[in-house]
Amino acid sequence: MSMLNWIDERFPLTKVWNEHLAEYYAPRNFNFWYFMGSLAMLVLVMQIFTGVWLAMSYKPDADLAFGSVEYIMRDVDWGWLIRYMHSTGASAFFIVIYLHMFRGLMYGSYRKPRELLWVIGVVVYLVMMATAFMGYLLPWGQMSYWGAQVIVNLFSAVPFVGEELGVWIRGDYVISDVTLNRFFALHFLLPFILAALVFVHIVALHRVGSNNPDGIEIKENKDENGIPKDGIPFHPYYSVKDIAGIAGFLFLFAAALFYAPEMGGYFIEHPNFEPANPLKTPDHIAPVWYFTPFYAILRAVPSIAGSAFPGVIAMFGSILIMFFLPWLDRSPVKSVRYKGGLYKVILGLFVIDFIMLGYLGVKPTTDLYKLMAQIGTAYYFAFFLLMPIYSKMDKTKPVPERVTK
Amino acid sequence: MKKLILAFLLATVPVLSMAAGGGVHLDDADVDVTDTESLQRGAKYFVNYCMGCHSAKYQRYNRMGRDLGLTDEEVKENLMFTTENIGDTMTIAMKPADAEKWFGVIPPDLSVTARSRGVDWIYTYLRSFYVDESKPFGVNNLVFPDVGMPHVMWGMQGVQKAVYKEVDGKKVVERLEIAEPGSMNTEEFDGAMRDLTAFLSYVGEPIQAKRRAMGKWVLLFIGVFFILAYLLKKEYWKDIH
Repeated sequence: MSMLNWIDERFPLTKVWNEHLAEYYAPRNFNFWYFMGSLAMLVLVMQIFTGVWLAMSYKPDADLAFGSVEYIMRDVDWGWLIRYMHSTGASAFFIVIYLHMFRGLMYGSYRKPRELLWVIGVVVYLVMMATAFMGYLLPWGQMSYWGAQVIVNLFSAVPFVGEELGVWIRGDYVISDVTLNRFFALHFLLPFILAALVFVHIVALHRVGSNNPDGIEIKENKDENGIPKDGIPFHPYYSVKDIAGIAGFLFLFAAALFYAPEMGGYFIEHPNFEPANPLKTPDHIAPVWYFTPFYAILRAVPSIAGSAFPGVIAMFGSILIMFFLPWLDRSPVKSVRYKGGLYKVILGLFVIDFIMLGYLGVKPTTDLYKLMAQIGTAYYFAFFLLMPIYSKMDKTKPVPERVTK
Repeated sequence: MKKLILAFLLATVPVLSMAAGGGVHLDDADVDVTDTESLQRGAKYFVNYCMGCHSAKYQRYNRMGRDLGLTDEEVKENLMFTTENIGDTMTIAMKPADAEKWFGVIPPDLSVTARSRGVDWIYTYLRSFYVDESKPFGVNNLVFPDVGMPHVMWGMQGVQKAVYKEVDGKKVVERLEIAEPGSMNTEEFDGAMRDLTAFLSYVGEPIQAKRRAMGKWVLLFIGVFFILAYLLKKEYWKDIH
């Protein structure tokens, strides 16, 4: 104990432990959806570790990159496992984060007092997208190359400064060795910024306390010791529960990794096994699945005067609009459990819409698909922009005093 | 809640089940990369028929030997023609510039072709050459029209001719039939190409058989760990109601 005292006099170890784990009171009614936060942190750590080990053998050079990935797959001891953990981990990260965001949407976790928590979360998501985008260039396959070409060209669609902006990002007039080198540097840096942002996200969470499936503030109902009646200490209750959640997640993760690491061309696209060739444009360029809903929005918006800029605005707008969510929802209740049928239908359609856009984003455009993407895009924006109206119209149910099982 | 999860999963089904592929019907390659005899035969076809022009520059000879159940000596005697060093990768002597002069294109490295094209594509491609006098090598291919590659395996397969039919006034290939038989009958040749395709699948990802074999032990371990973790959680949560 004296050792601990020695430390506590110099660093608030016991205080931090208590405040954030042993005496951090979380609502006792967390369900399946509340595993996602801890799983996302697990995947982030895994991506950082596997990424560092990959970087020990990877060569960010246009002539060597593709071969160095094959070298990792074949000649580096357990290189194939590390590489598949990283490539499967990238997709797993987005699956977990999309479920995490949907949880927030369902239970109103973005509502007062958690607005800033949500906003920081959207920043985390943006940095994550940038990291994934840059990482996808590194294997230097055909999809790496042409996917990056298409996305960077979006910046070139900005009026007046676009051309120079594109060159500034690439460091060249096309995606080249220079681009590969800087994307590698940034792909190595960004995860650490991501980790710092996640830390800030958690600090904000612990300031306001966790929401729960009932959307009730447990801090409003405390016992004589000032402990929320519906709260239980995070440690040991949720630490042991999360271990079980992690085991369940790892089971699915390992099943994908060992039996379907390419996931039928969704986690690793087939054309990416062809080395990048700047002279040969693939017939069909599709970004990886986790970007496709936004890619579908980009393609759905028609060009004006030959400029794709409106589509670019719509695409970035579809992500940035998430920042405003806390102020768009005017419902008197937080959780979907006590919202009315109207909101449930609108939210259900939003999920279907997002998946539909994702599907359309991987398919080549046809007239029908384009129309579907346009309807999908309109619905996507309407979901957010009309929320102040429909969330008020919705007939809500009374919220109980205490959390339900 | 369960309904929501279910709806979510169901909605993703059409996305996941969407098959990638082009216009031509591809035959099922049905390869087995755990069948080392099939892989050995495939390796023999590969070094004899393909490696004149195509490399597999990420595949090492000794690794291939180990995975296919061959000793280094066996590999050296039967499968190595361009190098003496068993640790070398399967490169070729033909210079890209010469290749371009002779074929119009540089024959691609085949290390990961099974992963970019898929095994069904390779299996069907290898069996789909037919006589077309308008082409430089006198053959064309159904799966890869106007391909710059001669029909290397004609001695085994024989010569195929296209049977045409009219669709909306246009002549399209209905099927291919053997005009001059080769040293193998159709069944034997299909088997040989299946072996070669299996070998290319192996070369695409040498670890794949071991990866799948290892997978069940990993899942078993995590499964047991899950049960213990779940019981631990239940024990701790007994008093929470």
